[in-house]
Amino acid sequence: MHPFALSRADDPAQAIAAHALDPQLAFIAGGTDLIGLMKDHAAHPEHLLDINGLPNMAEIDALPAGGLRIGALARMSDVAADMEVRRRFPVIAEALLFAASGQLRNMASIGGNIMQRTRCAYFRDETDGRCNKRNPGSGCAALHGLNRNHAIFGWSQSCVATNPSDLAVALAAMDAIVIVRGQAGERRIPFTDFHRLPGSTPERDNVLGRGDLIVAVEVPANAEARASHYLKVRDRASYEFALVSAAAAVATDGGHIRSARLAMGGVAHKPWRLTAAESGLRGISLDDSDALESAIAASFSDARALAHNAFKVELAQRVVLRALQTAGART
Amino acid sequence: MQKIEPGDAEMTERQKQDDAALVTVNLILNNQPRTVTVEPRTTLLDALREKLSLTGTKKACDRGECGACTVHVEGRRVLSCMTLVAMHEGKNITTIEGLEQNGKLHPLQSAFIEHDGFQCGFCTAGQIMSGVAMIEEAKAGWPSAATADPRRPFALADLSRAEIRERMSGNLCRCACYPNIVDAVAEAAARS
Repeated sequence: MHPFALSRADDPAQAIAAHALDPQLAFIAGGTDLIGLMKDHAAHPEHLLDINGLPNMAEIDALPAGGLRIGALARMSDVAADMEVRRRFPVIAEALLFAASGQLRNMASIGGNIMQRTRCAYFRDETDGRCNKRNPGSGCAALHGLNRNHAIFGWSQSCVATNPSDLAVALAAMDAIVIVRGQAGERRIPFTDFHRLPGSTPERDNVLGRGDLIVAVEVPANAEARASHYLKVRDRASYEFALVSAAAAVATDGGHIRSARLAMGGVAHKPWRLTAAESGLRGISLDDSDALESAIAASFSDARALAHNAFKVELAQRVVLRALQTAGART
Repeated sequence: MQKIEPGDAEMTERQKQDDAALVTVNLILNNQPRTVTVEPRTTLLDALREKLSLTGTKKACDRGECGACTVHVEGRRVLSCMTLVAMHEGKNITTIEGLEQNGKLHPLQSAFIEHDGFQCGFCTAGQIMSGVAMIEEAKAGWPSAATADPRRPFALADLSRAEIRERMSGNLCRCACYPNIVDAVAEAAARS
């Protein structure tokens, strides 16, 4: 790693002001993504500001209306072990448990998890150099390279990488809200607006700017969360990023779907919500696999496979179906 | 960093700059207070091995992918390669060297010997540090990705072989001693 300065923040306003002033300053919490990026020379902050000491940012609190507020500094393992999270939002607990390893889950914060950068071997590999995230304007080596793990939705000629966060998929399905504190005060960003599609500026993974600090994620109560499930399919049985994953939650009426929430991971630069499928699933019996498949297929009309990942188009639909039926069995 | 020869004016200037960039960190390392002075970029792993002469913790991938560098911070298993030592001021750190008590091996260390849980041994310190903390996580009721339904409470009695394999998946063994590692962890969990 390159040399840098390190200091500790104890006041959020000062931390935010420092971040706004200094474009070479980066916040560090768990550090599990940032230190990896620095070791791969894909991030070069000159100053790290350790935010682990900021007060009241690691709590998991029940909200009056039945939702949850998860502090940005809460660790993945603490959130996954929390009995309220497990009972009321099993999809969130499962998404966390299927991510990384026991050691990394003890280190990684919730804020850092949703801030982690996209995964693409060409981005992390400094020897190739053609990566619009690493070197804007240099091209995308993955577009015509080895792209088996890459996106089938929302990619551009500039970037075909996928967001690796399992938690983000569950939070997108739950319509969570990212609570961000900036110099102008606090703002609430709907989860599906937090991450960006690559377009022509793939170097930006999300909508945050200088002087923005994630303080918490709020998960509002919803009718579907108790019957929810996260399913992750990958090349190894464990400790691996998703080829495709799905978060599903469903409310039923006599075995028929009253409402459903669906999101996928491993398919795009951001967690991918399946709104067309959600609409089409209303009224369908959870036992009617053919009808479920047709409804899910409605969200795949705009899928665009690359040279090596056409298998994801079918795999993703099967993963969504299984996640939905497993969630349905929890009603 | 280059070695500085005394009396060399140019190098003395560099020495001053380097000194200004150094940070002093106090740790409780294996129950002993220890102080280390390092560059901010020094990982906990490099501080342990290069500055504190505790080479039991192994450096393998150095990217958080293999688990060989697992140590405990405040009793929790973490990867020492993916964290900066200067972020652990005042913290309790336990390494493989701190596991034995009064000259007696930790039960999981004994179980690794008994069940032949290693061949080359390079991953073993990380496996054992991970296993010791993992058993505590299971006792505390933490579920895992192998838990069929995370909505239900988890008890140590639920710690099946499938659970152990999943919970230990952050520790790779290139000699593939996995069945014996699982045996060792299962025995230590049952005895704990």
